[in-house]
Amino acid sequence: MTVELGHVALIIACALALYQSVVPIFAASRGDVRLAATADWTSTGILVFTGLSFASLVYAYALSDFSVINVWQNSHSQMPYLYKLTGTWGNHEGSMLLWVLILALFAAAVAVFGGNLPFRLKAYVLAVQGWLLSTFFLFILLTSNPFLRQPPAPEGRDLNPILQDIGLAIHPPMLYLGYVGFSITFAFAVAALLEGKIEPAWARWVRPWALAAWVFLTAGISMGSYWAYYELGWGGWWFWDPVENASFLPWLTGTALLHSALVMERRDAMKIWTVLLAILTFGLSLLGTFLVRSGVLTSVHSFASDPQRGLFILAILVAFVGGALLLFAWRSPRLQIGGMFAPISREGALVVNNLLLCAAAGTVLLGTLYPVVYEAVTGGKISVGPPFFNLTFSPLMLPLIFLVPFGPLLAWKKGDLNGAAQRLGFALLAALLVIVLVGGFVKPGNWLAPLVMGLAVWLMVGAFAEVWQRSTAGGSGASLILRRASGLPRSMWSTALAHFGVGVTLMGIVCVTAYETETVAVMKPGDVVQVNRYALRFESVEKVDGPNFTGEKAVLTVLDGDRNVATALPSKRFYPARQMPTSEAAIETFVFSQLYIALGEVRPDGSVSLRIWWKPQVVLIWLGSIFMVVGGAFSLSKRRASVRAKSRSAAVAPQGAEHAT
Amino acid sequence: MRLDTPLAMFAALAMMLCTALPAFAQSAADDERAKALFGELRCVVCQNQSILDSDADVARDLRSIVREQLDAGRTDDEIKTFLVDRYGEFILLKPVFSAHTLLLWIAPLLFIGVGGFLVLRVLARRSSTEQPAAALSAEEEQRIAVLLQRGDGDHAS
Repeated sequence: MTVELGHVALIIACALALYQSVVPIFAASRGDVRLAATADWTSTGILVFTGLSFASLVYAYALSDFSVINVWQNSHSQMPYLYKLTGTWGNHEGSMLLWVLILALFAAAVAVFGGNLPFRLKAYVLAVQGWLLSTFFLFILLTSNPFLRQPPAPEGRDLNPILQDIGLAIHPPMLYLGYVGFSITFAFAVAALLEGKIEPAWARWVRPWALAAWVFLTAGISMGSYWAYYELGWGGWWFWDPVENASFLPWLTGTALLHSALVMERRDAMKIWTVLLAILTFGLSLLGTFLVRSGVLTSVHSFASDPQRGLFILAILVAFVGGALLLFAWRSPRLQIGGMFAPISREGALVVNNLLLCAAAGTVLLGTLYPVVYEAVTGGKISVGPPFFNLTFSPLMLPLIFLVPFGPLLAWKKGDLNGAAQRLGFALLAALLVIVLVGGFVKPGNWLAPLVMGLAVWLMVGAFAEVWQRSTAGGSGASLILRRASGLPRSMWSTALAHFGVGVTLMGIVCVTAYETETVAVMKPGDVVQVNRYALRFESVEKVDGPNFTGEKAVLTVLDGDRNVATALPSKRFYPARQMPTSEAAIETFVFSQLYIALGEVRPDGSVSLRIWWKPQVVLIWLGSIFMVVGGAFSLSKRRASVRAKSRSAAVAPQGAEHAT
Repeated sequence: MRLDTPLAMFAALAMMLCTALPAFAQSAADDERAKALFGELRCVVCQNQSILDSDADVARDLRSIVREQLDAGRTDDEIKTFLVDRYGEFILLKPVFSAHTLLLWIAPLLFIGVGGFLVLRVLARRSSTEQPAAALSAEEEQRIAVLLQRGDGDHAS
């Protein structure tokens, strides 16, 4: 019964979304404020009904109701309870429902927090969100309905075993919050084009929402990368896989959007470009959804592909992005261009940032789609894989990373490059020191890796140049420095943290790429293999009995000298419901480095083959993304505080301020 | 994943073979050159893996072919040509540089070049049409006064 209620709730939400697609625009054109305000109620209603609908599906999963086709296909009565719940979005239909729930969440956010938005702008934004919502509701109801019934089956077909993991519990929702978060900036961009002007309120809204989406997307991509690293079992953390690229593309343009919105907010420049970036970023999010679902591209990540649905999503993509771009071509000449700036200035630096990020996004996009288009045109099959992306992406990113520390040190309008360079002297010194130490003494021979490590240090130290210099400007007492540092604008800290995080990630990438080692060993009980400074002693093989799988695990003692530092348990599992084997690698962390041990063949005589990697500093890759996320979140928290202060003073300020410009 | 078409079943099977188990090199010899080559060759039946990462039978066969060829003293290019003749260009994860992939390889330069040109043109056009900032309206003056009075520290980037 709850399932039917969920189905009905979804249909009601769809009807409300259709209302919201039309009425606000009509109201705005007639200047009818009261009619436009009904959109606030519909967007809240849509969120409530979509939430009920999603909850009813989760409930069906919790009860293992195998009379629901979707539950039967993707769950198992013996599965751990957590995976029963997370299995709700471990399949196409359920994940689309989550997708649209998050879309509804963001639309309701505009309705609830958008009280200070100009009336027409808000009406247009809510209408655009209504279009998106109703399209995806229809998509779910017509092609991907998770609420269909069948005669009850005794047992489910189980969730794909590689998705039975805590990583899957949080990684897709994060990713969707990021993807779908850019629907807000998209809606604002289209609304600005419809209205034919960009108001100051526009800039104030777009940047925090772009930032919030970016924070979630960063976290989602990073978690997805770590999930692939430990779950797929061969120790790779980034494959330049189409599905990964699909999430990386909006991240690249979203990062560009974040920075161009900064220019717009502070200096009223780069407005038209920001509108275009907002459209492109959400377009790439939709493209990502399409690529993952359609089965057009093969991937190590895809879990639900169906060409028919892919076509539907492609049509949505073409309609929304194509429509928005046409609108852009038609209306953007009306928009006023903004403030002036010299080439050497904060604005200039951010233009270079945008240029390099977009060129990188363009290259990755072309590399991802080239094989598909090539096959469609010529019938021939070619591959574009990691070697291509590494060769083309790095030359675009490394110069950008070199330039990052300069940006925040340049003044708006006209900056002083020499002055900025002098303030970065310490960072340069630190970088040179690392290059000489590593290249000359620690790992002599190859200079490329030490050079990139130097670049990473340059960014890590350079990111804090401004914070450090402002904190120490007034004197050198420790308490004075601390007091000044905590008094600095929060945005300065968040910029420093996020840029520092990029440096940390780069350091992890270069260390593990250049210096990882792989050892393949066939071992009998008692055998010892040396990996880096650790000796691994193979003890035995044991049977494993899980709720919905069977398997074997190898027991290895990890010794540092004579000291027993860890027991590693790499295992293999077999899931009978899907007849599918998986490998569960054992990962032992030592500060930032990891031993990564995968179990291969287990022989009747009790010996095993093992593949053991030493992954130096690999943890830094994900640690860096945590700094980026914290930096972004820090900036948002500041904004909330100041918005609250503003709304307090707005209560006493003269009315009509928002219409003043 | 639905297993109701032969293609989907084949894909599922290939994925099982490819992703479920880590690859194990047949010989323990740590040949850097072989490894570099493995990383550039696609496991042709897998979802999206190089023969370095995959444990599928095809990947094993390909690895031993590459090893044999290396032992026979062939160069990297000769080995790749040999494999392309057998399996087609699809096997190369790093596409060849030739007429039909030219656009792909020059993409970064193209994007930077065209993007940079557009940026410069826009900047040049704007500085030639630069106008003095318009005077503030009375209303704007009043808002500034209000903002100054409030004295919030919201002035950093």
